[in-house]
Amino acid sequence: MSAIKSIALDNTELLRFITAGSVDDGKSTLIGRLLHDSKSIFEDQLSAITHTTNKRGMKGVDLSLLTDGLQAEREQGITIDVAYRYFATPKRRFIIADTPGHEQYTRNMVTGASTANLAIILIDARKGVLTQSRRHTYLASLVGIPHLVVAVNKMDLVDYSREVFERIRSDFAAFAEELKLHNITYIPMSALNGDMVVERGDKLPWYEGVTLMDLLENIPIDHDINLDDFRFPVQWVCRPQTEELHDFRGYMGRIESGSIQVGDAVTVLPSGLTSRIKEIVTYDGLLNHAIAPQSVTLTIEDHLDISRGDMLVKTDEKPQVTKEFEAMLCWLSEQALDPKRKYLVKHTTRIVKALVSQINYRVDVNTLNREAADIFKMNDIGRVRLKVQQPLVCDNYEHNHATGSFIVIDEASNNTVAAGMICPEGFDGSGSRSGAGKLDGFGS
Amino acid sequence: MDIILSDMQEFITPVPNFVMKSEPIVLKRRPVRQLGHMDALESESIHILREVAAECANPSLLFSGGKDSIVLLRLAEKAFRPGRFPFPLLHIDTGHNFPEVIEFRDRRASQLGERLIVRSMEDSIKQGRVVLRSENQSRNAFQSITLLDAIAEFRFDACIGGARRDEEKARAKERIFSFRDEFGQWDPKNQRPELWDIYNTRVHAGENIRVFPISNWTELDVWEYIAREQLEVPHIYFAHTREVIRRGNGLLPLSHLVQPKDGEQTENLMVRFRTVGDMSCTCPVESTAVNVAEIIAETAITRITERGATRMDDQTSDASMELRKKEGYF
Repeated sequence: MSAIKSIALDNTELLRFITAGSVDDGKSTLIGRLLHDSKSIFEDQLSAITHTTNKRGMKGVDLSLLTDGLQAEREQGITIDVAYRYFATPKRRFIIADTPGHEQYTRNMVTGASTANLAIILIDARKGVLTQSRRHTYLASLVGIPHLVVAVNKMDLVDYSREVFERIRSDFAAFAEELKLHNITYIPMSALNGDMVVERGDKLPWYEGVTLMDLLENIPIDHDINLDDFRFPVQWVCRPQTEELHDFRGYMGRIESGSIQVGDAVTVLPSGLTSRIKEIVTYDGLLNHAIAPQSVTLTIEDHLDISRGDMLVKTDEKPQVTKEFEAMLCWLSEQALDPKRKYLVKHTTRIVKALVSQINYRVDVNTLNREAADIFKMNDIGRVRLKVQQPLVCDNYEHNHATGSFIVIDEASNNTVAAGMICPEGFDGSGSRSGAGKLDGFGS
Repeated sequence: MDIILSDMQEFITPVPNFVMKSEPIVLKRRPVRQLGHMDALESESIHILREVAAECANPSLLFSGGKDSIVLLRLAEKAFRPGRFPFPLLHIDTGHNFPEVIEFRDRRASQLGERLIVRSMEDSIKQGRVVLRSENQSRNAFQSITLLDAIAEFRFDACIGGARRDEEKARAKERIFSFRDEFGQWDPKNQRPELWDIYNTRVHAGENIRVFPISNWTELDVWEYIAREQLEVPHIYFAHTREVIRRGNGLLPLSHLVQPKDGEQTENLMVRFRTVGDMSCTCPVESTAVNVAEIIAETAITRITERGATRMDDQTSDASMELRKKEGYF
């Protein structure tokens, strides 16, 4: 086994990121460049897209063809759904969600953003910060992506001008300040020519920062997950009822945040009953200690009635248990939100009936202004109050993504119609101006 | 026609050949604050399998004897032991499978003590449900019909499969929980949004969900996992001498289905299979890799995609996988 380990890339870190930008900012080209320069494009893919490029009467290789996977996309030359790409360097494994820039597909951007450690916001150096860049940045902050990179692309078309780059940087920084976003990295680049993507190139000598690949490989991500509060939603109860394992009752699930040790005092929610961890069982043997996001089987000292939908937490790190809460809702369905209807909410491993009892406001994602609203249509984002039939065991999204997020399902069509993020009760964000203040974006 | 190796209706029998390890794991290194990529992928897949089991009324797991589904079985063990799998294994046998793989399939299912259901395309052909132009035609695309028939027969509301997003462009856009309508069809433009890892498993009667727990794994991840877990795979995955015919850009294995055409010569080459599908269209690659470590080394530096190298049916058009998936293919 040791020989294998040395050949393989071993157990390196996994970084998930999204690329977002306007239609022609060159997202697909950037991804193509990352794959190409990190030697992750295969020969048959390269020869297929070279063939297609030539067939369309163009020269060279159109790297954007790599990610445009569906027939309709190739016909229209646009990206219409999230495409996932995989590549590896000796330092890390990467999963890219390539999300579309078209307005009608904002929902896909939210989908791709929900699991990302990092977002690359692409800006065309010729056009500067556009409405769509603002919208994507707002969405990234709303979904709470921990790291943000602003890639000022197409520098080749502005003569690699430092002045242009600095102007865009200060425009963007002013906007980011409104969202209280910090720790943004700005990188000038040409995805087409490869400058500052993987290689530095020789056209941007005035830029002393990192290349995009340097950043992706080295940015610390071990604090992206909540390591403090133990949350264990029960997925499945294992009762083999065999002679040998007659009394075995294992609670199977994934540690969503925090860590647990044998002997720790735990509380079962919503019932509030308490016990201690007896064993942490895995297929490979017993553990003394386990951390998020490990999937394990827990046994406890006492015989309690625990089933799917319940949550085990450490007795001294309790979340809230509530039947009414406020949340930011991103409406994803073509069928508008109907406040008179009952919906289903899936939160951790629990599905409950829910009612939107109040719409506080809708956010104009272009101006960040709040406006009054009676309904939400597709791609609308706003703050609502929800009532649920059974109590949810939850945290604020800002504090804990896993226990602060939920989806809304239409009971009639079974479609996923909205994504929700639980907000602190009564906390209304801005504190000052009613207009473009700090909204409920959960920035870093 | 129904091979049942064991019955899982009764949950009270112990899992054969499974001994709960009650010894603590001795950690070779300090406890870490973050999981490595392999552990993270494994945990994500286990979480997905448990969600299917808990929320779907009648799931099944597609097991072909290929490497991806071998990995799925190990993940299912990790997800459900010391209990039994809460679903049967299902194989759609095209009748053109490699005999070594079929032998392996039966042996593995029996070792695990889980129920294996086999539905064969031969039966669909006899019933007139599948009409082939010629006896030797690739049967890959027609699997969908037999699969959909099996789904209807057993009323499966979810089928777990070993497809990966790195395999092909259309797959790269597919959700982990992929909804199919009552005709088994995939509508790529109208997929359910999939946020965080909260999965919507709800379907109406007659519809079903395809679930891909190893969506985020790459070919290299699969081989690294096979090495790490010391999983047995059919030996045609390893380099061996085989009589092949060069056709187009690929090599085709000589068999009763594939014979040299005029002007074609057979050659004896050292080859291995990267996928093990329909014998009439699955091409081996030239290789000297005789063990898992050597396959990992080759995979890490290979310059051709898995399907590009090995599947003639994916090369017919730029969108052939997408078209087949719309028809109900896995």
